[in-house]
Amino acid sequence: MLNLTLKVWRQQNATSEGFIETYDAHDIPESASFLEMLDIVNERILNDGGEPIHFDHDCREGICGQCSLTINGIPHSKERGITACQLHMRKFKTGETIWIEPFRAKAFPLLRDLIVDRSAFDRIIGAGGYVSVRTGSAQDANNLPVAKTKADAAMDAAACIGCGACVAACKNASAMLFVSAKAAHLNLLPQGAPEKNKRVLGMVRQMDAEGFGNCTNQYECEAVCPKEISADNIARLNRDYAIAIADEAAV
Amino acid sequence: MNLSSCSICQFWHSSIGKKLVVALTGLFLVMFLAGHLAGNLLIFQSSADFNEYAHMLHSMMHGWGVWIFRILMLVALALHVIATVQLTAANRSARATRYQKDATMVASRSSRMMIWSGLTVLVFFVFHILHYTVRVSPELKELADFDQNWAMTVKGFQNPLVSIFYIIAMALLCSHLSHGVASIFQTLGLRSRKTAGPITLLSKAYSLIIFVGFISIPISICFFGYGKEELQETEQMIEQAKSLGLDGILHEHRH
Repeated sequence: MLNLTLKVWRQQNATSEGFIETYDAHDIPESASFLEMLDIVNERILNDGGEPIHFDHDCREGICGQCSLTINGIPHSKERGITACQLHMRKFKTGETIWIEPFRAKAFPLLRDLIVDRSAFDRIIGAGGYVSVRTGSAQDANNLPVAKTKADAAMDAAACIGCGACVAACKNASAMLFVSAKAAHLNLLPQGAPEKNKRVLGMVRQMDAEGFGNCTNQYECEAVCPKEISADNIARLNRDYAIAIADEAAV
Repeated sequence: MNLSSCSICQFWHSSIGKKLVVALTGLFLVMFLAGHLAGNLLIFQSSADFNEYAHMLHSMMHGWGVWIFRILMLVALALHVIATVQLTAANRSARATRYQKDATMVASRSSRMMIWSGLTVLVFFVFHILHYTVRVSPELKELADFDQNWAMTVKGFQNPLVSIFYIIAMALLCSHLSHGVASIFQTLGLRSRKTAGPITLLSKAYSLIIFVGFISIPISICFFGYGKEELQETEQMIEQAKSLGLDGILHEHRH
């Protein structure tokens, strides 16, 4: 059993003043997940007549992208390639103090406690992160040739679950890793390629309009990404943007 | 033409567009440093070669060359500084509430102080231009007027305050380049998983060469007395020439 101290960001609503509240999390089983630990703490708060800590969660198996906790200053914790729900309490030692804060970015307005509004990502997808026409169901093998290297790169980019950890980890709250992955997984494939330039310009412009910061090539995003999306996608987006804007201006 | 229809305006006002401007102007400035260092190192070859090189720079294209280059440099530098200051301001405002407990996974210290290393180098750049190009000091101006650029450079670095400021500025430039050179590749879309290692290595090696190369000059002059005797001889010659009213004798080898 673990005895921990939690420093949790509490905020009544979007407009009220937030603050760090200290909780004593005693007798936490090592086999509990991080979110289960919060469930235990919340149950105790409820039993004492308090308001539980509000946090986003859904599948609790690392595929939905809902959990959005910054743990000791690092989104989804310092463990690589996992979401907060996949983090287990055995990674902590008794007596430790754990800081739990929301994903922070101006483009992700805080709703309550640890819950932020990530609909900016939906609007970026709406600005071009799709294929406009029906492309039918899965093709027969080799009917539509795709180079293995491109198929692999597209598949890796498509692993993005849109959790927003890249934005939360970035020193500038930039959304470049998300946008570049979402653009790349369509741009690299034959179904997405015809709308590549339009997609790149649309998504980048929406990203800028949402108030995300600018990438300074520090690769914090890549380090915290639970799906280990590569910053190669960012280089690809930079290149594609230069081509798209030249195409728009000159062709 | 309004903002939405002007491609260049859109390019400048977009995050990636502005970063491309930073990368391209950065590339120009990085290339300039290599040329500047190669020229400067002639100081160790001989005073005649160094003076000849200085003369060549000022006389190429009938004296237009140096001015064309200076204007290009100023435009590149101005764009680089304006774009990075604007980007940094936008980055700061993109996270209005900071983390109470902040942590870093992989971002290098150099990458986190780019704006400060850059602005300090900018202050140094202004000082450097006033020192060796405008020559606000009458002593240095006189040496330059007699076409003694080698002696002027040695004289300038004999001042320990100047040399120390120069070395500090070069250390910050080295830090700036160690992140900046690699960033050029990423922003221009030329970095990938396969090339990331070599690019990081190139970036660090280049910044180290620039640092060691440039500081070798003030260190050898200020702390090891390089060129002290030859400078004294040159100054005596100038005194003699002035007392004889022969301002031109030192020019003779050229004209």
